[in-house]
Amino acid sequence: MTRTLLPLVYGSAAFVFIYLPVAALVLFSFQDGTLPVPPFEGPSLRWYADVLADDDLTAALLNSLGVALLSASVAVTLGFTAAYGLARHRLPGTALLRALLIAPLTVSYLIVGLGLLIVLQRIGIGLSLWTAGIGHVVINLPLCFAIIYASMGAQNVNAERAARDLGAREAQVVLLVTVPMLAPAILAAFFLSITLSWDEFIIAFLLTRFDVTLPVEIWSMLRSGLSPRLNAIGSLVFLVSVTAVILLELVVFRRRS
Amino acid sequence: MTARADTIRGWGFAAPALVWTAAFFVVPFVVMAAMSLATLDGRTLIWGLHPDNYLELASKAYLARAIVVSLEITLTVTVVSVMLAYPLAWIIAFRIPPRWQRLALLLAILPFWTSYVVRSYAWLLVLARDGVVNQALLGIGLIDEPLTLANTRFATVTGFVHFFVMLLTLTIYANLVQLSPNYRKAAADLGANAFQTFRHVVLPLTLPGIMTGAFLTFVLCIGDYITPQILGGNTELTVPQVIMVQLGRRADFPLASALAVVLMGLVTLAYLVMSRWLRLDRL
Repeated sequence: MTRTLLPLVYGSAAFVFIYLPVAALVLFSFQDGTLPVPPFEGPSLRWYADVLADDDLTAALLNSLGVALLSASVAVTLGFTAAYGLARHRLPGTALLRALLIAPLTVSYLIVGLGLLIVLQRIGIGLSLWTAGIGHVVINLPLCFAIIYASMGAQNVNAERAARDLGAREAQVVLLVTVPMLAPAILAAFFLSITLSWDEFIIAFLLTRFDVTLPVEIWSMLRSGLSPRLNAIGSLVFLVSVTAVILLELVVFRRRS
Repeated sequence: MTARADTIRGWGFAAPALVWTAAFFVVPFVVMAAMSLATLDGRTLIWGLHPDNYLELASKAYLARAIVVSLEITLTVTVVSVMLAYPLAWIIAFRIPPRWQRLALLLAILPFWTSYVVRSYAWLLVLARDGVVNQALLGIGLIDEPLTLANTRFATVTGFVHFFVMLLTLTIYANLVQLSPNYRKAAADLGANAFQTFRHVVLPLTLPGIMTGAFLTFVLCIGDYITPQILGGNTELTVPQVIMVQLGRRADFPLASALAVVLMGLVTLAYLVMSRWLRLDRL
């Protein structure tokens, strides 16, 4: 009896705890009144209409998408070339180079952002979405490198060697053999980078000025307190993240198994 | 291809990432460390080897207090999260049929992917004075007056624990399923009951995984600004909050840098304490 009952009770309680804030967020985004707290009145879509008509928010959303796509592309490209160079060529001090590339993972985002902010101010480069993007590449590059490097197994070497024996140049080997074989890892790194950049707050907050990303815009809205508008925009952001995760699950992991 | 040509090509492939990391991570990091030893004369920055900022950390009570608050919150969050996540990972790994495990795990950590800012806001919603929890407790008559839950350390810890329970469930689950079922069968054959099997077989074997997850929790928790800022109110500040105050209101970059260095020091300390159990290469 306790063998099944206790796990059931604990599991249910854990799921209530995990989903309580999300449920409150989504439910009260459909609130008809002006406060996102019980009692629930509605459902109403007025706050979604309100949010979608807000130019600042839609601009921030497009900024976020742009920064996420561009920084993830750069991070995944640099991560892949570095992984290929270290795994397929003899370089002196490989362990040290690997440690250097992974190092940003061990440092708080706040410190990455603070360091970049100081340097940018010293050399007089103005803050913009570009500088936030540079910061996002710094935090995502180690992840992309680690994921792709870990999947550069020995079984791929033979296929690359065969291609080379058949007369392919190195660029052809990389683009036509290595990249397609590593596609699941490359896609996983790409989607993960997009999700992390899309959600990232502190670096974007420190390194942007006039045009901001969505988390920074939401942050500034938060100062005026609880509002169903925030619930609506929060629910939309959650929807985007969940879609990316489910795509990752379907595209990458289904193919692998 | 000669060995030399091979090496040159290898540098060609690795160079962009190495240059990027050096220019936008290593250089800023070194400049920040140097900045922590600079000092401000009015608004003019004076570089050099000045211990002023570190002396200020030791002498000003609110700065030392922030370090203590950060450590207390982070340690509480780490311990509570591990203790809540372990049973959940256990249930998913051993009580749910294998074909449903992946789905159960995906569902258990789905809110992990909500944006940081939004997740903290959602907890504010739940814990507010007229929020869901208070209304529910008032409704069933357990309390007469709404409890002050939001803008407290309790709220900060709850917000953190929510996030890290999901992260740790994922890492501990990964450890539990790697464990061969033969160990548990052997323990049972030798007469161990469920608790003894857990205490003497499963727990020691999963300890490196737990410690790695706990270290990750420590690093991410102690460096986070958003959760305490949104949920904790302004009665007590953590180190990241104090750093942001220095940057914003006072533009005191040297002091902010010194605090950042202290933050790094705390993480290094945690690493040294836990390093005998850590398996970071398995992350």
